[in-house]
Amino acid sequence: MEKAILSVKELKTYFFTRRGIVRAVDNVSFELVKGECLCLVGESGCGKTVTALSILRLVDSPPGRIVGGEIFYDGTDLTKCSAERLRHIRGKEIAMIFQDAQSALNPVFTIGDQIVEQIKLHLKVSRRGAKNRAINLLKEVGIPSPEAAAGYYPHQLSGGMRQRAMIAMGLSCNPRLLIADEPTTAVDVTIKAQIIDIFRQLKESRKMSLIFITHELGIVSEIGDRIVVMYAGRVAETSLVSELLKNPKHPYTSGLIKCLPDITQEKERLESIPGTVPSLDNLPGGCLFHPRCSRAMAICRQQQPPPVNVKRGHTVFCHLY
Amino acid sequence: MLSGGTPFSATYIKKAMKNHKLLEVENLKKYYPVTGGLLYRHLGDIKAVDGVSFYIMEGEALGLVGESGCGKSTLGRTILRLEEPTEGKVVYRGTDITRLGRKELRGLRREIQIIFQDPQSSLDPRMTIGQSIGEALLIHGLRDEGQRGRRVSDMLERVGLESQHALRYPHEFSSGQRQRIGIARALATSPRLIIADESVSALDVSIQAQILNLMLELRREFRLAYLFIAHDLSVIRQVSQRVAVMYLGRLVELAEAGEIFANALHPYTEALISAIPSIRQGKRKTRILLPGSVPSPLNPPPGCRFHTRCHRVLPICHRAEPHLKDAGNGHLVACHLYGI
Repeated sequence: MEKAILSVKELKTYFFTRRGIVRAVDNVSFELVKGECLCLVGESGCGKTVTALSILRLVDSPPGRIVGGEIFYDGTDLTKCSAERLRHIRGKEIAMIFQDAQSALNPVFTIGDQIVEQIKLHLKVSRRGAKNRAINLLKEVGIPSPEAAAGYYPHQLSGGMRQRAMIAMGLSCNPRLLIADEPTTAVDVTIKAQIIDIFRQLKESRKMSLIFITHELGIVSEIGDRIVVMYAGRVAETSLVSELLKNPKHPYTSGLIKCLPDITQEKERLESIPGTVPSLDNLPGGCLFHPRCSRAMAICRQQQPPPVNVKRGHTVFCHLY
Repeated sequence: MLSGGTPFSATYIKKAMKNHKLLEVENLKKYYPVTGGLLYRHLGDIKAVDGVSFYIMEGEALGLVGESGCGKSTLGRTILRLEEPTEGKVVYRGTDITRLGRKELRGLRREIQIIFQDPQSSLDPRMTIGQSIGEALLIHGLRDEGQRGRRVSDMLERVGLESQHALRYPHEFSSGQRQRIGIARALATSPRLIIADESVSALDVSIQAQILNLMLELRREFRLAYLFIAHDLSVIRQVSQRVAVMYLGRLVELAEAGEIFANALHPYTEALISAIPSIRQGKRKTRILLPGSVPSPLNPPPGCRFHTRCHRVLPICHRAEPHLKDAGNGHLVACHLYGI
């Protein structure tokens, strides 16, 4: 097996609020193999974004804090390394693309300037060299007339184009790992298809490692190699994408798959999961999913399920196995 | 295959005779003037809705799908006269509602209700749920407080909440529950038609399925008609009997749901359907990637509005605008590929 480029071990990120401790990420472990696309999947509030932010140590502190676990990147534990080292990693080695490009881009600088700034910060190139590089990047992500686009301010671009500019910025220093947080959520269906296509091309042409955060299993099946399903801050199941979609083990995962409307047939009613995601400051005991689970047993109420290896590379946290 | 002659096929005429058209929209237009310059000159119009016609039968669910900015929400709001139409007719059970006065309009709004995308902002944060639902009843003439209270608890229970929830405030609920409250409030006045504007788009998948099921149940139980506005085709597929596809203020295709998904005619619909990421990879056809994005409605392209992004464009598409015509079996499409 190939070496992992990033390995997250028993990560715990808690938020200390007036109302109590919010366990946003609780004991999350996974490994990312070089050149692979790992998808973090789950409903809102399940901790997928906080996991990503923890990797780059971008969690606001206070109230948030990484209270336990390790994140190994290239032999360095990111949870403990110096701020100086971290500055070299952020943007250069590991880059992140945010969901809402509108608010992630600076409204008073042009797209070109913002990309150039990042290139100049990390690489030893002239201003002209950086500018050329920025224009090439804009071209690579499919922005028409990239020279002109580099001179535009974010508000002059459409939503899809802004998202592309964000991707170009993420790629600007040729990072080894790109983290994309729901890059397709705020855009239209046809634009979404374009963006997914860009990621698929990048994966092939640059052999880049990717962490892709999404709540849509459809997207996962198109670009993901490995998937981590999260529920209320914990991992529910992790496996290869093809294996998991064919053979889901956790009742939550199979529920999620069944909930998806199918365009090829009409159903009298959709399958659904009863109840709602529990609030993170008031979690149930035992398995976090038991109040909504149709196959809950007595033990689920009392004990947290341990990880079970149902197959090579397929781990599920459920008492059924 | 293409008959092209009569506007509606025999099966449709038969259905129209048996059922009644609840709502008929004829050539509806909504323009927003754009002014600017020194003397606020009239520079042009944003043609949000530009000549749309369709009907909804009693108890029927019509899905309306399109990308952001295509005018689907404006269309929904114009039907309720939350926006004044620029031109055209909206006939509800025989009455043209574009001509109604304020008082008559109030009676109408009891029969046509709307559920918005974001119940967080459509519910008053300083009113309890009971007050919010009760207010709708009071405005529509239910003055007796006891009766009102009973109706509120009935409605809450019907949508899967509890009657004591009436005393709580909107922030005490999850987004799925708030959407149930939005539905309860719309149902309270016993409407015949509900316009659901992106009502499930903001919800998580597992909750989305719950709300869709609730809406399907209610339709059967109260013989409700829906105008279901959404950008998500797979959601539309589950709740609609017929589907209308909108692009830049115009309908480009309208057909029965099964038909449109199995046999989409318009290149735009084709592309929309192929763009849905699916977990059932094996069955999927090759994806059609549309170049660019939707042009500005202030200055739509000449000829067919879709020709700038179309993968099957013909020379005629640059010049002449296609009109909605029957391509057989009541499958309406506005495209030069199907001979006009």
